[in-house]
Order: sequence, then C-alpha cells, then structure tokens
Amino acid sequence: MASHPAFKKVRLKTEPSADDLRALSIGDVVYLDGTVYTAREGVYKRVIEEGHPLPLDLPAESGANFHCSPAATIRPDGSFNIGAVTATASFRFSKWIGEWLDKSGAKLILGKGGMSSADYKKHFVPHGAIYLTTVGYGTGALLGRGVSGVKSVHWRDELGLAQAMWVIGVENFGPFIVESDLDGNSLFERENAKIAAGLAKVYEGTRPAVLKRYGETDDRSDEVI
Amino acid sequence: MIPIGLIQSTAVTLMDKAAIEIPDDYLGGLRQAAAVEDGDLSSFVLQAMLENYEAAKEDRRAMCGDTGCPRWYVKMANEATVEGGPVALEAALRRATAEATNGVPLRPNRVHPLWRTDHDNNVGINAPEIEFAFEPDGDWIDLTTVHKGGLFGTDYRMLFPSDGIEGIKRFYLDSLVAFGKRGLSCQPAIIGIGLGGSKDTCMVLGKRAACLRTVGDRNPDPGIAKLEEEFKDLGNSIGMGAMGFVGKSMVIDCHIEVGYCHTGGMQMSVHAFCLSSRRACARIHSDGRVEYRTDPNWFTPYQRRETVEWPATQPSRKSA
Repeated sequence: MASHPAFKKVRLKTEPSADDLRALSIGDVVYLDGTVYTAREGVYKRVIEEGHPLPLDLPAESGANFHCSPAATIRPDGSFNIGAVTATASFRFSKWIGEWLDKSGAKLILGKGGMSSADYKKHFVPHGAIYLTTVGYGTGALLGRGVSGVKSVHWRDELGLAQAMWVIGVENFGPFIVESDLDGNSLFERENAKIAAGLAKVYEGTRPAVLKRYGETDDRSDEVI
Repeated sequence: MIPIGLIQSTAVTLMDKAAIEIPDDYLGGLRQAAAVEDGDLSSFVLQAMLENYEAAKEDRRAMCGDTGCPRWYVKMANEATVEGGPVALEAALRRATAEATNGVPLRPNRVHPLWRTDHDNNVGINAPEIEFAFEPDGDWIDLTTVHKGGLFGTDYRMLFPSDGIEGIKRFYLDSLVAFGKRGLSCQPAIIGIGLGGSKDTCMVLGKRAACLRTVGDRNPDPGIAKLEEEFKDLGNSIGMGAMGFVGKSMVIDCHIEVGYCHTGGMQMSVHAFCLSSRRACARIHSDGRVEYRTDPNWFTPYQRRETVEWPATQPSRKSA
C-alpha cells in the first residue's frame, strides 16, 4: 500500500445541524450515529406519485436517506437478520429527489456514485442537504457492523423486502466519503475532470467503430448518467 | 449415482462461500494493485475493501450488501449420473438458492421485470440461470455459483473485421471509462471480453471470461494471451482507479474468450466482474467426496475445442 495522507475523519449525527455540514469538505471521511432509513424507487413512487403518507415522522426520526436494500431477512417470529448493507446507484432517482427532500426534510442522502452537480445545485443546496457516498463499492460487511439494530420495516408486503423502508439504528456506521458539499460541488466531477485531461493520449491508436449508434458521443468528458 | 441431497447441501454451502469469502487469486491481485496505487482516494478505497473482506470472513456476513444475481454453472463429466436426473438437479439448485437467500442472508434481488413482484428468494422465471457443460472422462459434477452484480460495467457492440484491433481497443476503453466514472462498475475488477460467436454467445463468452477464470490465468493461444496482458496494462493506464477517483487500478486481470463468428462480423462484449468477485466451486464425486475450490477451471481444452471430433483427429488448417 502506497502511503497516503490521513483523511479527515468525522463522526456525524444522522440529524446534523447546518454548522455540522458546513464544516465538511468533499473528500472527508464520515461515520454516522443515529438512525437511517432506506428509500429508493419503490418508496419514492409510493409517496411522490401515489400520494401515500410517510409511514414515520421525518425528519424527526431520521434525516438520513440511504439508497440501499439490505441483505436481510425477516424471521418467522418477526425478528430481523441483517447481514451486509450496500448502497445502490443514486443517479436513477434524480427525477424524485427534489420532492423527496421537500417531503422528508432529509439532510443526508447516502448512496452509490452520487448524483450530478446540477442535481445538487437545483435540489440539495436549497434544502441544505449533502450527499455521502459509500466506499468501494461495497464495504457491505463493514457497514453491517455499524448497524445496531433494525427499528422497523414499513411497506414490506406492498414493496417486497428489497424495496421496503428499513429503519435502522446505526453506530459508527461507515466509512462514507463526502461527495457533495453545501455549495453543490461534486467530488466525482472534480475527479472526472482531472482524468478527462489525460484521456486523449490513452485513446491514441484507437479508431471509432465503423457502425455507429444513435445518440453516440465521442466526448469522453461526458458521463453516462 | 450422485445423491440429490448431497448436491443440494453442497450448493447451499457454495452460496455461503461465494457471498462471504473473497477468492484468493483475486485478493492477491487486489493486494498487488493496492501496493502500487498512488492516488490518495483510490488508495483509501482499496484499503477499506481489504478491511471489508476481513470483516466479512470474521463475522460470516456477505462482503457486499448487493449480493448480485446468483447463478449456476454445472459441468458434468461424461459418466456422471445424478439421482432423479437433470430435472431433480435443477430443482436442487433452485432450492439451494432460495434457502441460502434467507440463510446467509442474501439480498432478494430478483423481481419480475415488469410487475416488480418477487418471492423474496432470488428464484423466479428464468432465475437463477443454470448453465450446463460437459467434459469427457470422469463421473463427477462440478458446481460453480457466481454472484455477479447486474447493472453496470457490461456492454456489447457489433464490430466488423475492418474495425481491427484499433476498434477493439476503442470499445474496451469506452466500456471502462463510461462505467468507471463514479465507480459504477465497482472497479478494480476482472474484465472479461468476448469476441466473435453470435450476439448471445459473445455475451456468454465474455461473462464467463470475467467470472470463471482466475487472476493470472492466460488464454492458451499465445496471440490472445499477449492481448490479455496488453489490455490489462491499457486499462490501468487510463488514470482512473477505484470509484472513478484518480488512480491506476482499474483492471485486476483481463481475460479474452473467442468463438467462431460470421465471416463479415467481429462481435465484442466487455464484462466487469466486481470488487468482490464472488465465485465458489465444488466437485462432487460419485463416491460422495466433495472438494471445494475457487477456480472453476471452466475453460478446458474440451470447452475450447475447434475440431469435429474429440479427441481431436484432424489438425486445424492454420497449423497444417
């Protein structure tokens, strides 16, 4: 392992204050304490498109929405067996995220791969929310160790285990990396720009395919999300 | 005759091992990548992954919460027979998949593509995939399970002979760069490339190249082996590492498999396995012995045969 500078590591509550979030910079490493809940396309559709009321008091109970389905099962006696937890890619939830931040009051969105800085500026910044990315992906076993217990599972029958809303107590839950700050800057986009600068050289000696595709781009600073 | 109960219990154990234990060959490859990685963030990520594998083994919990889409590769030696026949074998593998989903536990990922309904057990229409192959000589069966993530890092393109190696390189780089940004493909990974066949076999070959060959393994065709080395280095020269951060660890190894194709075409598929490279295998002998391993040893000379008869009775035209 090449030596690397120690990253700033921060313990953060799942209902952080604006000052807590202001103190964070993109690239900082964060561990969470408190309560997180899972909500992804199933929950978003149900709440935002179908108008069902939230099944818990948000953000009082939690200000941290995890884009995740846990590797978990509900035992016949109703107790939970939760193993590993890993995020799913967040960019797919772009169309719901603004309204979700409105309804949920979430300050932390946790997931895989972040969203675009356009989404951050349009939706996250006005709500004082930031994005934390999981590491790896997935440090599922490490994250699983940070789960202190399942508090409840909502809409298990309506949405299935993977899409249900899992409310999870967490302690020293991480690592996460700060992907967006309160100004809507994106760590991934900063890194993309650095890498894009060297791509022309990497592509030297290659040739575009003779059969094109509709919608194709040769601009490799572009993203597929 | 191999008892069906032994097949099912072995399959359950394999599901557990695949989800929890990082294969040694991949772990060795990742450690080498971590040793030379000098991107700060990429380096931090690789270190966290190495800690994660330890945590998974210590706690006996899945390495990654997205436990992918479990699938099965079954290889039967020519003289092997299974109690109840192939229908019983398929049922045993479906039962083992369902049982392990609740037992390990795994994430019940599999849903109906339109109605989004599921059985919470990773079993459903055409799921799990069960693929069969055969080997001459022997009375064993090999079971391999692969838990591969299903969303990013794989692509297919119809290329043509005039695209040449330059076109192959272009599509390879495009696949790594497009899905490498933000780490969507969960790199560094073993990359599999399928060349030729028809569209479906091209996808199958590339996926098997990624999932069923181990780090350090080389294609027996020296020209292809050279390309594998070259493509591994090319992928690691993009300037990108884990999670799409600046770095140089994208490809732990690159494997290429080929199939004869239409004379006018040159189909190509690229598949990224993931940071957890989940595979586990076992050989079940007719006398009841079970040997566990992590190398599927799928691509034998028989699987890559190019002659009409086996054993080969005619030299190929090239070597004649």
